[in-house]
Amino acid sequence: MNIVVCVKYVPDATAEQKFEADNTVDRVNVDGLLSELDEYAVEQSLQLKEKTEGAEVTALCIGPEKAADAIRKALQMGADKGVHVSDEAIAGSDAAATSKILAEAVKKIGGVDLVVCGMASTDGGMSVVPAMLAERLGLPQVTFASVIENQGKEFRIRRDGDVATEIIGATAPLVLSVTDQSGEARYPSFKGIMAAKKKPVETWSLADLGVDAGEVGLANAWTAVEQTTARPPRSAGEIVTDEGGSGAAALVDFLAAKKFI
Amino acid sequence: MTEILVLVDHVDGAVRKPAYELLAIAKRLGSPAAVFIGAPDKADAAVAALTKFGADKVYVVDDAPIKGYLVAPKAEVLQQIAAQAQPGAILITSSAEGKEIAGRLAIKLDSGLITDAVDVQADGGAPVTTQSVFAGNFTVNAKVTKGTPIITVKPNAAAPEEAAGAGVRADVAATVSDSARLAQIVAAQPRTSSGRPELTEAAIVVSGGRGTGGNFDPVNALADALGAAVGASRAAVDSGWVPHTYQVGQTGKTVSPQLYIAAGISGAIQHRAGMQTSKTIIAINKDEEAPLFELVDLGVVGDLHTVLPAATEAINQRKG
Ligand SMILES: Cc1cc2nc3c(=O)[nH]c(=O)nc-3n(C[C@H](O)[C@H](O)[C@H](O)COP(=O)(O)OP(=O)(O)OC[C@H]3O[C@@H](n4cnc5c(N)ncnc54)[C@H](O)[C@@H]3O)c2cc1C
Ligand SMILES: Nc1ncnc2c1ncn2[C@@H]1O[C@H](COP(=O)(O)O)[C@@H](O)[C@H]1O
Repeated sequence: MNIVVCVKYVPDATAEQKFEADNTVDRVNVDGLLSELDEYAVEQSLQLKEKTEGAEVTALCIGPEKAADAIRKALQMGADKGVHVSDEAIAGSDAAATSKILAEAVKKIGGVDLVVCGMASTDGGMSVVPAMLAERLGLPQVTFASVIENQGKEFRIRRDGDVATEIIGATAPLVLSVTDQSGEARYPSFKGIMAAKKKPVETWSLADLGVDAGEVGLANAWTAVEQTTARPPRSAGEIVTDEGGSGAAALVDFLAAKKFI
Repeated sequence: MTEILVLVDHVDGAVRKPAYELLAIAKRLGSPAAVFIGAPDKADAAVAALTKFGADKVYVVDDAPIKGYLVAPKAEVLQQIAAQAQPGAILITSSAEGKEIAGRLAIKLDSGLITDAVDVQADGGAPVTTQSVFAGNFTVNAKVTKGTPIITVKPNAAAPEEAAGAGVRADVAATVSDSARLAQIVAAQPRTSSGRPELTEAAIVVSGGRGTGGNFDPVNALADALGAAVGASRAAVDSGWVPHTYQVGQTGKTVSPQLYIAAGISGAIQHRAGMQTSKTIIAINKDEEAPLFELVDLGVVGDLHTVLPAATEAINQRKG
């Protein structure tokens, strides 16, 4: 089984996030890392590999030079090889362009049975790239999986939706996305970290993929951000310390004053 | 006037509130045209309901060849209707399913997609969206620059408007390709209703975290006294105390109620991402250093197991 796991390099969510003058996310002056939600995708890919003889996992990432860190982390966790698509012209691409480049990369890798994604990127967080990728590749999607089971190419996933919990079935090749309910991701072992240094990583440009630079990037995006505004800080609220029932009294008075009761 | 397509969110034909909100938004942009994909015997009631809330047209699509499959067939249906209607925009509810339908449709129509709008206004006919990003720390205004604007809109982005539309019914015989039917729902276990309001639609949400120690009774009781929905942090969900559908935050629901009450929740960035845009925020926490206190209108430093029951009792007494 030939598995491609899509991993994104994102700004650290616990650090301050900013926009650049052109309204794109500042990805250069901030510390980045493998999106935490994509660690779950790597974990599920590795679990599938471990129970399938001859399976191979390729970590695929589109991003600037620094994004190689995300691939390295996936290799340290246990992926077999990496593909890094990097090109100046990609900067500022939106989901439609990202899915296009990912689709071309998956085709170039060739013979892929399974494309595994995270449920959302922790920065943009649209949760649409997997569906777009499936559409572009003409594949079925089984997305937001909390449990994955398979017998060969027959897959069954569990999805905990709003209205129902569903079991969804499809036959590979397919696009899969996994939630953070799918099980903790492993930490790289010392052996894994050493082994990762010898694993092959290919770097591809848009030209390598036959994608025209005029189809991607900020200037060619399908959407345009016109304005970004920092949310005004919330004005400091009232803090009371509960002593002998004063906390509940303050709470009820507040609710009454605001007409919630 | 240009049609604005609205994909109707419903459960077994019962139209959900977010669909009415989308109709109100569609009216700002053009002539609201609802797309109801459902069982034929439920269509009449749905058409009537949608008309009451402003639909000038209702496309009715028999879901027989669609139900039981994941998003792809619905994207095909919308593509076919859009080819005929040439709409000015397509509005879809920002649920996991809605966003995926929108994603596939955007590729099919070669059109721009904006997700998770909290507001949509008309700027000379073209929709301008407002989104809340970076855990609610920024708002962003955006436009679609290519094709038919496809916008997914969060619940509560607009108030439903009860003003009858023309309500012309158009039955559509949609054709669904075999390739759109490769992912199949093989079993479904419907969620049992808690009897409380929907988390994303509720005016008041009371959430509990690790600080409940697994006892959600005080949280539930306060919620019921206030007619509120119950939410939770991931720590409470991961501990198995409440179902995952209760989770508020980055990988749970985003809520933006009039009032959010957090009990025993520290306020991690991933939790804030789901509740930071609430109009009024109250936190109850033992630890005066809890980061959530930075966001609150009222903070009570105390034990939730004493504060909540006392408050609940006082509220119930007031109600008589
Ligand atoms: C990729 C990713 C996604 C995530 N997504 C989400 C998400 O969607 N939603 C989410 O919530 N989290 C999410 N998290 C987890 C998040 O980082 C925090 O771990 C989580 O929110 C903590 O939950 P908590 O506040 O209930 O627990 P804690 O941080 O342990 O806080 C418990 C609080 O309860 C207080 N307390 C204890 N006892 C009492 C008492 N008797 N009375 C009053 N107060 C008391 C304590 O002082 C403490 O402040 C995510 C994390 C990651 C990495
Ligand atoms: N630049 C990227 N490189 C590799 N994978 C990506 C990239 N962007 C998105 N993805 C994948 O698509 C998923 C959903 O992303 P999004 O639609 O942006 O929320 C992520 O969890 C990744 O698996």
